[in-house]
Amino acid sequence: MWEFISERWQYILYSAFQHANLVFQAVFFGTLIAVAIAVLVTKFGWLDPIANTLSAVGLTLPSFALVGLLLPLTKIGATTAFICVLFYAILPVLRNAIVGLQGVDKALLESAKGMGMGELSVLLRVRIPLAWPVIHAGVRTSMQMSMGIAAIAAYVLGPGLGAYIFTGLAQAGGANAVNYALVGTVGIVIIAMFADLLMLLLGRLTISKGIRVA
Amino acid sequence: MTTNQTAESNSGTGEISGAELRLENVVKSYPGQKAAAVESLSLHIPAGEIVMFVGPSGCGKTTSLKMINRLIEPTSGTISIDGKDIRGENGNSLRRKIGYVIQGGSLFPHMTVATNIGSVPKMLGWDKKRIAERVDELLDLVGLDPNRYRHRYPRELSGGQQQRVGVARGLAADPPVILMDEPFGAVDPITRQRLQDELLSIQRELRKTIVCVTHDIDEAIKLGDRILILQEGANIAQYDTPENILAAPANDFVADFVGAGSTLKQLSLARIDDIDLRTATTAIVGESSAEAIRRAEAAGDEMLIVLDDRNRPVAWPWLRQIRAHEKVRGEPRENLVTLDHRATLNDSLDTMLTSTYSSAIVTGDRDSYLGVIDFHAVTEHMRAAERSAAEQVEKSAEGEPT
Repeated sequence: MWEFISERWQYILYSAFQHANLVFQAVFFGTLIAVAIAVLVTKFGWLDPIANTLSAVGLTLPSFALVGLLLPLTKIGATTAFICVLFYAILPVLRNAIVGLQGVDKALLESAKGMGMGELSVLLRVRIPLAWPVIHAGVRTSMQMSMGIAAIAAYVLGPGLGAYIFTGLAQAGGANAVNYALVGTVGIVIIAMFADLLMLLLGRLTISKGIRVA
Repeated sequence: MTTNQTAESNSGTGEISGAELRLENVVKSYPGQKAAAVESLSLHIPAGEIVMFVGPSGCGKTTSLKMINRLIEPTSGTISIDGKDIRGENGNSLRRKIGYVIQGGSLFPHMTVATNIGSVPKMLGWDKKRIAERVDELLDLVGLDPNRYRHRYPRELSGGQQQRVGVARGLAADPPVILMDEPFGAVDPITRQRLQDELLSIQRELRKTIVCVTHDIDEAIKLGDRILILQEGANIAQYDTPENILAAPANDFVADFVGAGSTLKQLSLARIDDIDLRTATTAIVGESSAEAIRRAEAAGDEMLIVLDDRNRPVAWPWLRQIRAHEKVRGEPRENLVTLDHRATLNDSLDTMLTSTYSSAIVTGDRDSYLGVIDFHAVTEHMRAAERSAAEQVEKSAEGEPT
């Protein structure tokens, strides 16, 4: 085992970096998209049931199936992997963002408007900061989930540690099969834990002390 | 006539910094509703006065208030501030020039006290230093120590403190007009009384034009230079000074709304300042007891007010309690009943009733001794006030062409 790792630790490290990179990017853009959709949903109430249904259905969709659906459109490679991870990254954030934005006290919004804040200021200075703890929790969930999705996305030759798992599966019974699968799995768990720590730190830095729980 | 009267009774030393407000045939109707929320409201609010909008729920008082800063756009009619039509500018920039205070303060929980107060000045493009100075100045004004409270978050404040910050935020950019929507509705009665007194003392200094919605007629009587009593559809039932409304309700609706005991309500109008205080014998801590007792007996007093070196009352003993000691001592303290000179007669009676004596010591700035107030003085004052209000009403009735 140690031999297996020490022989190719540079590759492993590189794959781990790529895995994290894929997930971070997907979660980052996923968050932006999700918050943008959530803002529209809170503005136009009739979008609410549609958004909720879509995110509920989306989460039941097996990631493997999505990869299969995307293949004819985007071909094999990193793009397909990215789109697939992005899709799943959006969903938890979207749900939380809608709940968070809708949960902002109406009296505060009226007060903000009454003080002369424009719609954009109300959004950026009052709505999103107040909904941020809930959105942030969604981003954390999204990050965890995307770590696993990214592994599946490696099936279409996406970057990351997923490749190790698939190699291990393909060589089942072979000399290094277990090593491959283990390195892939444990590697992802370690990255996920590291990412969660980062998210905690991000929460500390970005959630106002005035609304932080504990 | 009424203007002169209020100017006398409620004005302070400050110069008027408020602006005149005028509503002309203002209508607000919502599509799909038969009756208009506001049928046709015309109103003149003089600069520097507090006008209270009262009425039963659903009478359109809040709608009327919100049309002044265009949170609600009138269907027709004009509203002008200092002669300028409020539709002349963009709603957001209009609202930055009008203070807005709502129930509970409605502070932004994710911002510190300083950021909350500085919100409007920041939008108006003030520089950081000027905003910081203004924040400290306002915290001082509403009675919160800037060094202690500046960096706190709203959840670290009591309800009363939050409301104070809310008022400070409304005053931040020094707007000529301030709108308040049930500002003290969310705090306990004792805090509310104190906040009302503070608002009045702030107003004495600033002389803004304040329009305040409340459902509490007692609050309206206490705070208002004028009271606007509204009936359904924002129809004016009566618009007058509290004195005149209490003395001569325009119709049954007003009489019902004001309720029974209007003489008692007058007590909220008058303050200790309006009454001649009784003088009492005083002694300073450390003085010879024999000398103090001699003075008290010469004046016919059975009690003695003990002051400290800064003229603050510290004890109110019977003469026999002093005899026991050679020098006058600053105790016992438990008998001490003091009232601020700005307290209403209502609050004063309340305090006197719960104390052992039928009188109380009145203090002025920095708790310094001013005199003594008793039941007798209050009842005398009420009788005189009632007489003069009745005369006023008679006179104005004669003056009206019929």
